[in-house]
Formats: sequence, structure tokens, C-alpha cells
Amino acid sequence: MYNIWTIARRELKHYFISPIAYAVAFMILLIVGVIFYTNLLASMIYQQFAPGVDIVVGPIVTLILFTTPAITMRTLADEQRSGTMELILTAPVRDWELVTGKWLGAFLFYFIIILITWFYPIILNQLVSPGIDQGLMIANYLGLLLMIASLTAIGVAVSSIFSNQIAAFFATAGILLFLWMIGFPSQAMGASTAAEILKYLDLSEHFFSTFYEGVIELKNIVYYVSITSLALFLGSISIQSRRWR
Amino acid sequence: MIRVSELTKNYGTRVAIDHISFDAKKGEVVGFLGPNGAGKTTTMRILTGYMPPTSGKVEIGGFDVVEQSLEVRKIVGYLPETVPLYPDMTVSEYLHYMGSLHRVSQLSQRVTEVLKMVSLEERATGYVSNLSKGMRQRLGLAQALLHRPQVLILDEPTIGLDPAQIIEVRNLIRELASSCTILLSTHILSEAQQVCNRVLIINKGHIVAEDTPERLHARLTGAGRVVIRVLGNIEQAVAPVGSIPGVTNVAVKAPDTLEFETTPGKEVRPLVTRALVEAGINLLEMKASTLSLEEIFLELTRDEPIAPVVGQLEGSESTQEG
Repeated sequence: MYNIWTIARRELKHYFISPIAYAVAFMILLIVGVIFYTNLLASMIYQQFAPGVDIVVGPIVTLILFTTPAITMRTLADEQRSGTMELILTAPVRDWELVTGKWLGAFLFYFIIILITWFYPIILNQLVSPGIDQGLMIANYLGLLLMIASLTAIGVAVSSIFSNQIAAFFATAGILLFLWMIGFPSQAMGASTAAEILKYLDLSEHFFSTFYEGVIELKNIVYYVSITSLALFLGSISIQSRRWR
Repeated sequence: MIRVSELTKNYGTRVAIDHISFDAKKGEVVGFLGPNGAGKTTTMRILTGYMPPTSGKVEIGGFDVVEQSLEVRKIVGYLPETVPLYPDMTVSEYLHYMGSLHRVSQLSQRVTEVLKMVSLEERATGYVSNLSKGMRQRLGLAQALLHRPQVLILDEPTIGLDPAQIIEVRNLIRELASSCTILLSTHILSEAQQVCNRVLIINKGHIVAEDTPERLHARLTGAGRVVIRVLGNIEQAVAPVGSIPGVTNVAVKAPDTLEFETTPGKEVRPLVTRALVEAGINLLEMKASTLSLEEIFLELTRDEPIAPVVGQLEGSESTQEG
């Protein structure tokens, strides 16, 4: 555990001195801010709806889908390219500790950004009477964090395969988008087992129809935790196999 | 401390190291000598647990590198060939990071200590990216020493250093030898001669020679070599010189130069002088030359098998041309 924390801390620190993380943070905060402002303005003008936490979390989820590859692409790929992998793999660090540490670093980086965006629900709570639905907000944020955990885990796992960051970026983006809409065909397939399986595998399905609506169900938590664990496991296997190549 | 038996590593169909065996006792400094691509780095990577062998067994401090990799990695300090550093960290941060991965106790104190050992204490707060090649090399060495390893594996530790630093690092290695076993690779032969108790010459995945630098030297040179230069044609000198007992391998090197070897412990030079004078040949120059470790190295790592070389040195009592 200690090694995981050492690696995660170093990763987190690295994010805050690298421009890419700032660019990602800037992009998320700017776009979420603009959307938040627009929604607020629209609801004030038309007086049709009271804005909820979804106007913040909705865009964040989409942005995270696209920024995760940029955040995770260098995690392990860069260690391989620069040769520092040799140093870490000859230190008394287990492969899974390395992968988990890298993932935790990326996760904590997002966690901090998400913490910053908490400002919006707080503002919203002040503006809307009688305040926003707190349960909905908790469900949304919980789902968001679970989603981030699995997306970053996939990103780190993909990064372990490559020594080229750009390759890691596009491979991660491809895999994430694929998993994001794998449930799409199920809509046209009618009620069949295959459709159910596709729907179950879908990354977005477990968020938008549940947490996003304020429903916290164990099976969805299990889904994200499983995806995260599976990705980290595969990442460790990939590091291990690197030794054998 | 280190025991390697029948170690083999294949990269696909290419055999990088082929059934090599050696061991190193505690406190020994073993030099790994060989041309590029001989398998030095591969061997070191297997010893540090970075990659597994195709077959064979390696034990370090009683631990198997494959089965008990983590235990091995705890007691081994490793300086890879291309010193891998994190350019975005400061020197001190880097050592703290590596130190905490190795669970070094009283880390800050140890970092200061190690920086002093490699004389980098002034750069502790500077960024790694601003260090010169030599400094990086020394920082890599500091990293290898950080956790007080029992075994130090150094892949070309003095590469990129200036002469003064090379001497410093060699002294440091000699100092460290009292507390740990050191395996270092180098292609600088004088270095192996200076710091190592034992030298392994490796070529194309095979150990072609293994001995102390001195003995290796003695074994291959057999004895001294003498070069003489005379006035006039050298051919007339071949017979008188060749007939002196103790002179072997007489060879004409140039129209006026002759080279021969002498049996150990026998001073033949006065006899040679007399023989030449008696034959009416004017001697211009006589000098003793020894086969340097460089030459031995070249001899051993040539593509041809080494056996004939040794045979020629040891076996021929009769002169070749005399």
C-alpha cells in the first residue's frame, strides 16, 4: 500500500507541473462554466424549469470521456519510453502496485478537478428555492467518481501496452468510445439476451439511467468497481508480460 | 553472494547469452568485459530481476531472482546503462522518490549522505534536466547506493565522466567493495584492471575467459616479448636469435625488426645481444613489450576461436622461421 501511495503522490505532483493537466483542467472548468451560465440564464428568462445538478455533471461526464486519454496516456507509456520503467521494475515494487499507483494518481487529479466543480451545485443551491435535491447531487457525484475510476483505469491499462503516448491516447479514446456506445445497437435489437449483454457492458448505461437520475443501485456500483479492477488487473498483466518479452 | 548457473537468454531466435555460469563472493568486485552486444546488459538485467532468463538459475544472496524477485530487488542496487531519470524532478526529490520505493529508513539523512558520496550535494535542489551527462551518471549511482544494497550491479558506471570523476568513481567503487559485492560492466580495460578482483570476458553470449586481471594478463602473455631492430637485413639475425634457449616465436615484423617471446623467469636479452654481436650484426634497438589487456581482449573477442592463440603462445618451443 505504501508503494502505491508513493507512486500516486509522485503522479499527482507530476500532473500539477505538466501543462497538459492544466490544459485539461482549464477545458473542463471553462466549458462546464459556460454551460452552467447558459442554463442558469435560460431558466431565469423562461422560468420553465429549475436547474438541477445535472447541468453540471452531464457536461463533466462527456468532457471526462474525451480528456481521460490525454490524462492517462503518459502514465506508463512514458516510463517505458524514457527507460525509467527499468528502474521501477528493479525496485521492490510489485507490478500491480505500480499500475494501481499510476491509476490512483490520475484518479486523484480528476478528484481535485471534480472538487472544484462542486462550486456550481453550491451556487445553484443558493439560487434555487427551496434548494437543489441533495440526494440527486450525491448520486450524481458518486456515479461520476465511479465512472472516472473506471475510465482512468482503462486509460492506465492501455498506456501499459505502449511506449508511445500518442498511440496510447488514440487507443484509449477508441476503447472508451467503443465501451461508451456498445449498448447502442441494443436499442434496435429488441428484447434478446444479446441486447441485454451489450446493454450491460455499456459504460454510459450504468450512469445515465441510474446515478444521473438519482438512483443508487449496488449493481451499478459493482459494475464500475469491476471494470476498474479488471482494467488494473489487465494493466498489471501487461507490465508483467513486458518482462517476458 | 551471486551465483549464476547455466544462464541462457534468447530474444526470439537470437541467443543473447548462452549457458553462462559464474559466481561472486561477498566483497568481490567482478568486472564484466566485452564488446557491444556481447550480452553484458542482458545478463545484468536478468540479475536485477528486470527480465527473466530463458533457462538457467540465478541466486543473489540466497534468493532466486525469478521465484523471490522482490527479495532480490531489495538487496540489489542497479545502475542501468542509460541512466533513467525523471527530468521534471529535482535531484533531491528524485532520490527521495526512489528511496521511498526502497523503504529507506531516515531517508533525508541518507539522501544527503549519498549525494556527498557522489559529490553532487551542491545540486540537490537543481532539476535533473539541468544536469550534465556526468552528473546524471553520478546521480544514477547515488540512486543505486541509496538503500545500502548488498549487491551493486553497475552497467558501465564511468561512461560519460571526465577523467577526474572517473578516478573519484573508481575510488568510490573500491570503498564500497568492503561492504558489498559489486558486478560492473565496462569496455575500458584499464578500469577493470584497476578496480576488479576478477574479470569475466564475455563475447557473443559466452564467457571466454575468467580470472584476476593480473593472472589473465600473465596467462595470455606467457612471458615478455622483445622487439629488436638491427642495421641491415633482419633475416640474418633470425637464426642466431632463434637458437638461443628460452627464445620462442621469432617473427620478422619489418625488414629490420624482429620480435620474439621469452620463457618466463629467464633473462635472455644479454644472450641475444652477444649472439648478434658474434654474428656480426649491428644492434640498433632492443625493447621489451608486453601484451596489454587491450590486446588480450581483442585476441579473446575475435571471431576466430581463441584456442589457437593460446596454443601458439604456450605450445611452440621451436622457432617458426629460424
